[in-house]
Amino acid sequence: MKVGLFIPCYVDQFYPQIGIASLELLQKFGCEVSFPMNQTCCGQPMANSGYAHLTEGCDTNFVDNFSEFDYIVCPSGSCTMHVKEHLHSKENEAAATHIRKNVYELTEFLTDVLKVEAIEGNFPYKVGMHQSCHGQRGLKLSQMSELNAAPFSKPDQLLSKIKGLELVSLNRKDECCGFGGTFCVTEEAVSVKMGQDRIKDHAAHEVDYITGGDMSCLMHLEGILRRQKSNIKVIHIAEILNSI
Amino acid sequence: MSSRDSILSKIKSNQPVSVNELPGLSFLGLDKIDVLETYKTVLKGIGGFCEEVSSLEEVKAYVETKYPEAKRKITTIPELAVIAETNWDAHDPHTLQDVELAIIKAHFGVAENSALWVTDAILGQRVSPFIPQYLAIIVNKKDIVATMQQAYERIGNSDYGFGTFIAGPSKTADIEQSLVLGAHGARGLTVFLME
Amino acid sequence: MKNTIDHSTAAATFNKDVERVNWHDETLWFVRSKRDKSAHAIPEWEALRDTASKIKNNVLSNMHHYLQEFEAKAKENGIIVHWAADGAEHNKIVHSIIAKHGVTQMVKSKSMLTEECHLNEYLADNGVQVIDSDLGEFIVQLRQEPPSHIVLPAIHLKKEDVSDTFNEHLGTEKGNNDPQYLTEAARKELRDTFLTRKVALTGVNFAVAETGEFVVCTNEGNADMGAHLADVHIACMGFEKLVPERKHLGVFLRLLARSATGQPITTFSSHFKKPRKGQEMHIVIVDNGRSTQLGREEFRNSLKCIRCGACMNTCPVYRRSGGHSYHNAVAGPIGSILAPNLDMKKNADLPFASTLCGSCTNVCPVKIDIHDQLYKWRQVLVKEGYTPTSKTIAMKGMSAVLANPTVFKIAGKAGRFVMKNMPFMVNNNLNAWYKQREMPAPPEESFREWYARKAKESKDKK
Repeated sequence: MKVGLFIPCYVDQFYPQIGIASLELLQKFGCEVSFPMNQTCCGQPMANSGYAHLTEGCDTNFVDNFSEFDYIVCPSGSCTMHVKEHLHSKENEAAATHIRKNVYELTEFLTDVLKVEAIEGNFPYKVGMHQSCHGQRGLKLSQMSELNAAPFSKPDQLLSKIKGLELVSLNRKDECCGFGGTFCVTEEAVSVKMGQDRIKDHAAHEVDYITGGDMSCLMHLEGILRRQKSNIKVIHIAEILNSI
Repeated sequence: MSSRDSILSKIKSNQPVSVNELPGLSFLGLDKIDVLETYKTVLKGIGGFCEEVSSLEEVKAYVETKYPEAKRKITTIPELAVIAETNWDAHDPHTLQDVELAIIKAHFGVAENSALWVTDAILGQRVSPFIPQYLAIIVNKKDIVATMQQAYERIGNSDYGFGTFIAGPSKTADIEQSLVLGAHGARGLTVFLME
Repeated sequence: MKNTIDHSTAAATFNKDVERVNWHDETLWFVRSKRDKSAHAIPEWEALRDTASKIKNNVLSNMHHYLQEFEAKAKENGIIVHWAADGAEHNKIVHSIIAKHGVTQMVKSKSMLTEECHLNEYLADNGVQVIDSDLGEFIVQLRQEPPSHIVLPAIHLKKEDVSDTFNEHLGTEKGNNDPQYLTEAARKELRDTFLTRKVALTGVNFAVAETGEFVVCTNEGNADMGAHLADVHIACMGFEKLVPERKHLGVFLRLLARSATGQPITTFSSHFKKPRKGQEMHIVIVDNGRSTQLGREEFRNSLKCIRCGACMNTCPVYRRSGGHSYHNAVAGPIGSILAPNLDMKKNADLPFASTLCGSCTNVCPVKIDIHDQLYKWRQVLVKEGYTPTSKTIAMKGMSAVLANPTVFKIAGKAGRFVMKNMPFMVNNNLNAWYKQREMPAPPEESFREWYARKAKESKDKK
């Protein structure tokens, strides 16, 4: 199966290790993975700021890069959701539709498509899972606390297979961290307060690491943690799952 | 054009072109629950008291022990005339301002929220359940339905000028979310569940 | 009218008092938790939401018919029906009824519509004194503040604040902060008000087209105390309050209080069908922009709102910015999708006061797609030109680079395009990030550089 690896622009530039972990992980499970070198950005930053009408170029470029793959996999719930919901192409709508239907966030690709039962992994730490809103409420990677419905969690399902990893149960298991794209600077005060409050919850459970499926949330939390000179570290879920 | 006509015409041109169908309601409210037990638990949970009685004599005895004799009591129930005034329904409602306790009947109760349905046919005055310091309502045990679905089936298209569901005593939490009973209406509600 | 302070500025001010923000957040989270407990105890909760949503969709698509049906039935029931195109007309109608009866005082229970229309100010200017009888509204009225929450109007205040206000206005003991004591003081004060007012105004939670009756829900009993003691009862409603038939009330009354506060139902759910003997009853049906919203296909669903406030209680931004930062009668997520319809320029900031986390949509008892509408309002506001030009220029520049892989690669190499132009650093506004957060450190090698290097290495091996 041919998999196109879609790496968010900020991950490419700041967190290459997440791209590497995602690539290796997919290869481990037998996927034929390539990273189309001309990919840039899905266009979400513009769209969420109200400039969806400026994303046509991004869309075209995205379609050009990813139309040849069976699946498109991305280690970010947020970017995946944007593509799933908003990718269109004037020139080649069939290709855009194919991509929208076959784009997956990394953990859901592992649980739903590859149906991974066992993962070799060792991560002997106390870990708090930060549910990114777009992954959780947008892609429904795990049950949402607001709904009266049976619980499940695709990321937790995978993390539970990792040796030594102790997953804590947070007081507010799916509250937003306050990143929110441009929100993190346009509403700086609230954004930071939200992040600080998330961290407090994790800290109260004495975690060593905060993990999650979206590095944007984690980057925001990391920024606050480092300013606080906290010992808590952030790590993307791909890195934990690829820990051996 | 009058405002009425201009509003209506704007609505007509702006509402969706085709009518969305109304959903059925018959599949709702069918979960099996112990109606009486649920009623009692919910009532307690929202600050009401529950007394199971088998006759109006027991109501009388309860009221006599719990409420001071000197204070004004009113009722809509002729059998309770010994302990409470009965001929007040035609008076100016303001004259009820010094009532300590009103004892009235409810048509029926609802288990899921402990609400009691009363209408002006049995209220004497519309203000009677609101203005007294304390309120007591008598309802037959067999007249407790499970949910609001059954409640409205029971109300059907009956006519009334005013009707209200009463669930527990008047309350507020407007100061720091601290629950205080007795905001403007009755400070306490006793429900007599009659055999 | 005062100049509006935008949401982010007001929120920054609100966040200066950390203790208070924590308290505000935790108190509202507690209300959300009560809502969860209550909702999760009803096995058919999600089916109820779905049904309520469908009923309201039916109402929106058949509004023209239902309104006329409601009007005809209400008239048959002896109620006088008025229509107001906007807030000003609504205020005039209410004043004319009061004036006709020759009184200068009125008691009012909670009505967000009258807040929206600024009725109190209008009546005060015309010599009519209004007393708000809901305890929370009574408190904020004494302080000359607007409510900060549609269900919990004084949730921004601590009991010490209330104590000071009551000490000043009602003469309660200084420093006595006991909610029981303070509530009792208000009860005594307002009882006298109820007994002496000839005109009472209430809001409307639901109006039934089939029967011409309307339902008012309170916990305090204040709407009933006012209405049943007054000679004249005026009920004001936005036209979207309609439900088709009486039986539909069952669905909404099961959802409303559970969503709002976690209670199984409000203490009183009063159905007013006919005036009491000798009483005059009026209904004022108000448009004030609603028919325009009905015509906006993407936003018309916002008119399904039953004003439970659940979206506010769950909103992590609302909890940490306070209701007043939304400068609109209805705050929070729902307010942010209703307000731009009323005034795009004044309220252009509100749809951006959200992380689009989606929790609001999940708690909404009538399933309004609130966070999707926030996203859609952003698109509209940009297109209509209500965003700063600098932002537009930055976004245009960014989209040009991101659309062109060659330019992107050059830009990336030359100075890490992304680092300088990340969405969250638009306008190179590095300070806003850096003020309370560290920047991520750029690595030696980007992922694509690593990937290219590896590809080359393996090719070289061959």
